[in-house]
Amino acid sequence: MPRLTKDETHPVRFTLNGRPVSVRAYPRALLTDALRHEIGATGTHVGCEHGVCGACTVQVDGEPARACLMLARQAEGCEIRTVEGLNNKDALSPLQEAFREHFALQCGFCTAGILMSLDALFSPQPDAEEDAIREALSGHLCRCTGYAPIVQAALAARNRIKGGPIDA
Amino acid sequence: MKDTVSEKLLGQSALRVEDPALLSGRGRYIDDLPVAAGTLALAFVRSPHGHAAIRSVDTAEAAQATGVVAVITGEDVAARTRSMTVGVKADVECWPMAVDRVRYVGEPVAMIVATDRYLAEDAADLVVVDYAMLDAVVEPVAALAADAPVLHTSLGSNLINERRFRYGDPEAEFDAAPHRIGIDVTYPRSACTPIETYGVIASYEPGEDAYDVTSNFQGPFSIHAVVARSLNVPGNRLRLRTPPDSGGSFGIKQGVFPYMILAAIAARIAGAPVKWIEDRLEHLSASVSATNRQTRIEAAVTADGRITALDWDQIEDCGAHLRAPEPATLYRMHGNMTGAYDIPNMAIRNRVVLTNKTPTGLNRGFGGPQIYFALERLMDTIARHLGLDRLEVIRRNLIPAEAFPYRTASGALYDSGDYVAALDRAVEEGGLAELYARRDKARAAGRRYGIGFACVVEPSVSNMGYITTVLTPEERAKAGPKNGAQATSTISIDPLGSVTVKVASVPQGQGHRTVLAQVVADKFGLPIDTVRVLADVDTMRDAWSIASGNYASRFAPAVAGATEIAAARLRDKLAKVAASQLNIAPDDVIFEAGRIGAAGNSDNSLSFARAAATAHWSPGTLPEGVDQTMRETVYWTPPELEAPTAEDGVNSSLCHGFIFDFCGIEIDPETAEPRIDRYVTMHDCGRILHPAMVDGQVRGGFAQAVGAAFLEEYAYGPDGSFRSGTLADYLLPTVMEVPDPVILHHETLSPFTPLGAKGVGEGNCMSTPVCIANAVADALAPEGDAPEIVLPVTAAKLAPLIFGDEPAPQEPVSETKTEDTAGGRKLTGEGRAVVQASREDVWRMLLDPATLDAIIPGSHGVRKVGETRFEADVTLGVGPVRGRYKADIDLSDLDPPNAVTLSGQAVGALGTGGGQGRITLTDTEDGTEIAYRYEAQIGGKVASVGGRLLDGAAKVVIGEFFRALARHCGGGASSGALARLRSLVDRVIKGGRS
Ligand code: FES
Ligand code: FES
Repeated sequence: MPRLTKDETHPVRFTLNGRPVSVRAYPRALLTDALRHEIGATGTHVGCEHGVCGACTVQVDGEPARACLMLARQAEGCEIRTVEGLNNKDALSPLQEAFREHFALQCGFCTAGILMSLDALFSPQPDAEEDAIREALSGHLCRCTGYAPIVQAALAARNRIKGGPIDA
Repeated sequence: MKDTVSEKLLGQSALRVEDPALLSGRGRYIDDLPVAAGTLALAFVRSPHGHAAIRSVDTAEAAQATGVVAVITGEDVAARTRSMTVGVKADVECWPMAVDRVRYVGEPVAMIVATDRYLAEDAADLVVVDYAMLDAVVEPVAALAADAPVLHTSLGSNLINERRFRYGDPEAEFDAAPHRIGIDVTYPRSACTPIETYGVIASYEPGEDAYDVTSNFQGPFSIHAVVARSLNVPGNRLRLRTPPDSGGSFGIKQGVFPYMILAAIAARIAGAPVKWIEDRLEHLSASVSATNRQTRIEAAVTADGRITALDWDQIEDCGAHLRAPEPATLYRMHGNMTGAYDIPNMAIRNRVVLTNKTPTGLNRGFGGPQIYFALERLMDTIARHLGLDRLEVIRRNLIPAEAFPYRTASGALYDSGDYVAALDRAVEEGGLAELYARRDKARAAGRRYGIGFACVVEPSVSNMGYITTVLTPEERAKAGPKNGAQATSTISIDPLGSVTVKVASVPQGQGHRTVLAQVVADKFGLPIDTVRVLADVDTMRDAWSIASGNYASRFAPAVAGATEIAAARLRDKLAKVAASQLNIAPDDVIFEAGRIGAAGNSDNSLSFARAAATAHWSPGTLPEGVDQTMRETVYWTPPELEAPTAEDGVNSSLCHGFIFDFCGIEIDPETAEPRIDRYVTMHDCGRILHPAMVDGQVRGGFAQAVGAAFLEEYAYGPDGSFRSGTLADYLLPTVMEVPDPVILHHETLSPFTPLGAKGVGEGNCMSTPVCIANAVADALAPEGDAPEIVLPVTAAKLAPLIFGDEPAPQEPVSETKTEDTAGGRKLTGEGRAVVQASREDVWRMLLDPATLDAIIPGSHGVRKVGETRFEADVTLGVGPVRGRYKADIDLSDLDPPNAVTLSGQAVGALGTGGGQGRITLTDTEDGTEIAYRYEAQIGGKVASVGGRLLDGAAKVVIGEFFRALARHCGGGASSGALARLRSLVDRVIKGGRS
């Protein structure tokens, strides 16, 4: 890895939702800031910047990760997927659709992170049990919904996804 | 005009128009909005102390730092603003930034404007503030003591307001009643803290002396006046805007307003727009919280459990400043202090005190949790005391259905309700009998299981005049009456005939836009997706008034109501336009499926768009008496919201919903962990406009109440240090802690609102904490007196009640202890080490700066500044929280070469530390034994975010010091001695020898 100097920006290249992107970032810049403020992908939210709330969850090489606990630099060469990548063109994915139908969001601030965690759960495990769903959700704080509708939506989405590929 | 098509959408759970964007990452929250080129970042320097005088603020180094455009102090702010309005008559000032004294941890002391947030925060660490520590007071009762430290010297004490109220003849009732039953209640501090923090974008145009502020503020817009006054400009020079989306608020984002003032001033001084996004530590320590309150409540009770009088004594803790609209938390419930009960006599004593904690403000349930916790714990106590069934005591006191509209003792006019019917239905449909059976079974098996009840009247649509109840009738007469609750709504139809609705309701996730689309689509017979709704605010362009905003559960009753009225007016107009074109009477016009036509003759109709467009394209063809304005703005205020009377009666809210909750709670026999087995909540919120959203509000409020009941507390040390600065310290409930409650509804329409709806968002924050507490009390003590229940009910609090106090250990198990004292979070410990050097050598080393430099962990240099004084630069850290400190070290009580006392003070951007240690040296066979005993205190940011880790960290740091000393002395030691030394060092690190 090239040596980075603290007062200079350096290029960071990764794939964002399937498209190659390149940003210049200071070595200490957080991935959340690079995504939101350099690239303009503001769908990923920031609720605590210390790894507890889960709002900033994105997928790094298919695994859910807290973007607020990553430096932008650490994304070099990775495949990053964010909420903006969930849609199927202009249409909602089955998971997003289920969230809408079950009123599983109110302010929507926690939602992107939750969707990314559930998507990462269902991708390899389309028939995840309710316990696994709750486990995945337990890393997220939602202050609006009381969680029950989120669990309902996840269960409904699972049943729909089971029938076909997740991105269908 | 026939009303054949309306009410089709209303009452259904339409899909939310907000959701496609929010689910796809296309929301537009404050931090997502585009900003003007050249916008700078703002960061704050905040007080690490609960109470201290500011001797000086040195900004020189910060001003030189990379990227810094301006460094602004409290004096700079004060020079350009006026003190913020305080809601009571008191000789006190309220500045958004500390000037000569800090009064709570997190209080802004200076701000940095820089080219980016990282650089601004770097520079914030370089501002040097010299504080003179003052004693702090954090408990409201202690704050009233004659010798308590006084926060605002101009006030002379910490009591900023006191009022006594008397309704009916309470003294006579208390004299006559066979029972006088009372309890003391401590309600702690918590907040419905949203996941999105505060944000402000501000700019200043000197040519017009005008500020432009965008913030995720939630209202009430009466605060616009407070901000404009403080900025010293007329209202039209403060343009206040809100972003289209907001990441939750629950009252909290009312408290962003001091930061609007600060950001506006920063923009003015920097000569460029500035933006500030609060971080989580700032939010938890210094945004806003609910009040904590100490209450004594007593009831005069007849033998059969009827309450004839209440006597309240409330001490409200509003934190360090009485910030607008406080003390509103104390007065919002003033009209409904008798709750759901028919109690004609009441005395109230209200005191508002200031303490070294964050100023308080709006918070979901606003004032309700505090009073209902007291009232419903009292109901429970009365039943226990009289040996009566708890539900029976509740039932006997409920306001009867035929009494509505019902005027309470303190002046509220309850609009509608059938409390007994709602309660009976809940008992039946919620399965209370089954719950009793579960309790019996659990108890028979020796388990601790309890059932709790709570009855609550949920007020909504606040009377903007209620807060003036804090003034005496004479003061009110002088100031002029205040009352009402204006809601605004504008509907316009464009030249293509499509409908736009504009309200000033500033939703934070409640789906306002969907519900208004339903209301208007119904009225016009249009499909819901043809109506567009905007709910964010621009004070320069929109219709708004002081009551605008999203609080006091006013949306469904007031804003949706105002929209209904505006839609009806436009519909009347359109009916006339269409009638003249269709050659029928306006009364025979119907609106259906996008067309306006003759009732009973579907052929005779024209499209809605065509009728609406007439006014734009050919106003000359409109019928007599119909004007061409296709835009209707309604300002609605209910006449029932009158100003407080000369007798202090106040109708504090327009609507009064009803909630009856019961729940079963089991306490784990081994861990004392309480767990909700079943929770039933019955609501009467008048007409339900959108069932799924109503249930969403109930569930959301319930989850927050579960947090308040079991987890959440803003923890302060006795010195005012703040101990819950991360979401790992201030615990919010997760999916694992929140059960799904059984939600039931009983609808009695409000006669006072256009749609018959009442508010619903806050009720469970009022009912659930006390319902849970009552169940816990029942689990702990099925009969007789119950122990005092103080929230949050944690296993740690329940364990001693169940298992008795933990026996004191026979011998101290560990050498390190943590204790909360008036001096802060205190760590004490002791240890020993044996080193291969003579006493004289060790003594010399301890007094030698070079040696100290080598052995102090993280030292960057030690300077001798006096015979026995040293200065050091050290880097210390707990986990990732690492900071540089300046330390002053003093040696005293020197007894060479036997003993010395070492005291140190360290100050850094991350906080403060201080300690004292006595070191004694004694000869041993092959060297010197060093024994030490220390006491250390830690405060500031590091205590807020690292409290959990401090004890261990202190032990390690002190251990490291002696290990280094041993290494330093041990040069040339034999290998055997080295091994011995190592084992000694190990012991030192493990806490020394007992
Ligand atoms: S913002 Fe990353 S976990 Fe909260
Ligand atoms: S929807 Fe608001 S925090 Fe989850």
